[in-house]
Parts: sequence; structure tokens; C-alpha cells
Amino acid sequence: MPRPPRRRACLQLLASALYAAAPGTLHAQPAPTVAAASDLKFALEEVAGRFERESGHRLRLVFGSSGNFYAQILQGAPFHLYMSADEDFVFRLADAGRTVDRGRLYAHGRIGILVPHGSPLRADGELHDLAAALKDGRLRKFAIANPEHAPYGQRAEEALRHAGLWDAIRPRLVLGENVSQAAQFATSGSAQGGVVALSLARAPSVAALGRFELIPEAWHRPLRQRMVLLPGAPAAVRDFYDYLSTPAAQAIMQRYGFAMPRD
Amino acid sequence: MDWQALILSLQLAGVTLVVLLPLGLWLGRWLAYTRFAGKALVEALVVLPLVLPPTVLGYYLLVSLGGASPLGRWAAETLDLRLTFNFTGLVVASVIFNVPFIVQPVQRAFEAIPRGLTEAAAVSGLGLWQTWRRVEMPLAWPGVLSAVVLTFVHTMGEFGVVLMVGGSIPGETRTIAISIYDRVQAFDLAAADRMALLLLVLSLGAVTMSFFASARLAARR
Repeated sequence: MPRPPRRRACLQLLASALYAAAPGTLHAQPAPTVAAASDLKFALEEVAGRFERESGHRLRLVFGSSGNFYAQILQGAPFHLYMSADEDFVFRLADAGRTVDRGRLYAHGRIGILVPHGSPLRADGELHDLAAALKDGRLRKFAIANPEHAPYGQRAEEALRHAGLWDAIRPRLVLGENVSQAAQFATSGSAQGGVVALSLARAPSVAALGRFELIPEAWHRPLRQRMVLLPGAPAAVRDFYDYLSTPAAQAIMQRYGFAMPRD
Repeated sequence: MDWQALILSLQLAGVTLVVLLPLGLWLGRWLAYTRFAGKALVEALVVLPLVLPPTVLGYYLLVSLGGASPLGRWAAETLDLRLTFNFTGLVVASVIFNVPFIVQPVQRAFEAIPRGLTEAAAVSGLGLWQTWRRVEMPLAWPGVLSAVVLTFVHTMGEFGVVLMVGGSIPGETRTIAISIYDRVQAFDLAAADRMALLLLVLSLGAVTMSFFASARLAARR
């Protein structure tokens, strides 16, 4: 059977497939991991970038819904710092003995209505135009984060309930897995708007896509954002935990619309 | 472009193949040549990861491999190995969800070999290993090649299972498919565009190449 060239070609294909299989280089010294609520996406990247430049430490940032991270930490996810968008999840982890302590408040978040350019909806923080649009049929889809496990989704639900719109708007809701995805849905052109985090709306890449108005703070429970160190957190993460309380870090957070905790 | 995620996906696909190819060759050949009671059930189990929603597979993997499960605890205590939210966990998941992609084409390839040929080889005094190497494998190559390509490309693109057991940790579990999802959520559509295009070209190229090679091999017979 004289067919060596082709067989060699096949073997080479296989060899190149296996060649890519040598792990190690990537996993040699993994940087410690911060699991952060997705409303922090833009603000925390800036804070962490500054921290890395000043300290020489490296961090890995992972963004998602606080509720998902809570479940993953219970399942043994190897995170070192958990920055939740509210404090309930932190306290529940602490009660389950999965944290170092009961953590520290690092910011107060705000929600508002985000309306993309070209939408028939007006950006109105008291949601009067949203109510009108629901009646006259201008509103077809409206995005919020999933209230089941995303704190920003829960606050959006509370605000919509306060405005008396919840039952009417429910069939029109599209639920993002987290508030960042809700913002993405709201500005995708397929929805007429959404309730998202102020901290996301302040980011230039989001601000360019639409108009944003704050919803009154009294309409929902406060977003008391708490963080907590997880067992085995290395020194780099402990330093970052403290760095978040410094004026330099807080100035960045405030620029993204976070209020700083006073207690 | 998230190069780290691309490299991670290539590594995952490579390791998956290293683990799965010997197993797939053995199991596919065995299923092709053997008849036994309950074979339909074994074949159904092989195909199961293909028809099951990735979330169902991911959920069961999370529950059965997680730190709270007996298996997860045993691996952590005796082997000092964690099976969820890290690369090892992804490999375990990837091996399981790729079983149909490797076993099915291999099985079809061996089924297509005329039994007369292997019998003739045995009569001519070739041993089992010699028959496999000199008669069966040259004939089964197209099927094995497409199994390898399908598994590789499928691993590069798998999303649901990886999301459930991975947790999107950069350099550890954030594969290229997950990275695309993350980039879209971060309003970085330019990067998502580039990576999606790369996956499209890579997948199309790999599958075309395997069809081309199969046709060449078939034509020479």
C-alpha cells in the first residue's frame, strides 16, 4: 500500500492538533481572581488598571450577575474576592462559612432608564412616558436584568412596581443574565429601552448609544454594594481590597456615579 | 482579539483529542464489530450528549463534579484536584460532550469495511494489530479524520456547558466562545466581530478540509 505522502499529511494534521494541547504556559502562575457584579464592568477595570500599575500586582477580573457568583462560590468556584451588587449575597455566604468575614461596603449604586437613540420612548426618570408608551403601544420590548438572581434586576422590578407598571410591562420584558447584558439588550435596537445601572450608562461606549435618566432612589431598596474576601485570598487581593477605600479609587468610582459608603 | 482565550480553546481542543481519540477508536470499532443485547442502549448513551441541551449536561456536571458532591470531594481530598471552574473541569466536560462527535464517525467508518477483507487478512496470517494497522486503519482514515476535525471544531465552539462549569475565568476557563459573549456584554462589538469571524473561518476551513481529504481518499480506492 504505497501511500505515504497522504498518510503523512493526516498524521501531521493530527500532530498539529495534539501540539496545541500542551497546557502549562498559561496556567503557570495564575493571577488571583476577582468576581465582580457586572455594574462594575467599566469602573472596576479602570480602578484595577490603576492598582496594577501602582502595585505591580496582576488581577483577573470576571464580571457577571451577583446571584450567579453566589451560586458558583457555594459550588467551590476558585474566586478570591467577591464584589456583589448588594449585601444579602455576601451575608448569606458569610453565614454559610464561605468567607473570611462579613466584608465591607464599597459603594451605593443607582438605577435609571436608558433609552436608545431613535426609540419612540422619552428618557423620563419618573417613568411617566413609559406608562404612556405601554398604553399607546409604542413600547414593544423593555430590558431589565433577571430579578431572580441579579440585584439590579430586583431593584428594577421594585421601581416598576412602585410606578404601578409591573403587571402591564411584564409581557414586554426581556431579561438580561446580568445588568450589563440588560444594557446591551436595551441599546441593541430591538428594545425601546431598559432599566440599567448608572455606572454602565456613564461609560463612554454606552453613553454614546442613548439617553439616561435616574429613577428616584426612594422607589427601590438601596443598592448597598458589599465585597468580601474569600478564604485563601493572596496578598495581592488583600491589597486591592484596601486599595478600593483609597481616595484615588473612590474618585474613579464616583466618576461612574457610585456614591461612597459613609458607614 | 482575545488571544489568551483563543490559545485556551486550542489547548482544550487538543487535550480533549488526546484523551478522547484512543477511547473513541476503541469504542467506535467495538460498536461496529460487536452485536450484543443492550447495544441500542449503549449507542443511545453515546449520542445522548448530542441531543441533550447543553444546560442539562452542564447542570449534571456541576452537581456531580462540584465541591459539594461525593466525586468532587473525593477528587479534592485524594488527588488534590478540583473539577469545576478550572481547566481540568473543562477537559472533563469537553471529553464527555464530545463522545458522539468522535465515536459516531469512527463507528460508521469501521462498519463500512467489508468483513471479507478483515477475514482475508486473518487467513493470510496477519495478527489483530497488523490487521488493524495495515487493513482497517487505511480504510477507516476518512471517518477518523472527520471525527478528529468535528471534535476539534466542536470544542472550539462549545458554549453552554463551558459557561455552566467554567465561570469565564481568563486564562483558565474563558474560551473563545465565552469571550465573544463577554465582549458583546462589554459593548465591545469590534472584538466580538473579529473573534466570531475567526471562528467562522476556522470552522468552515476545518470541515472543508476534512471533506476534501475524505473525497481524495475515497477516490483512490
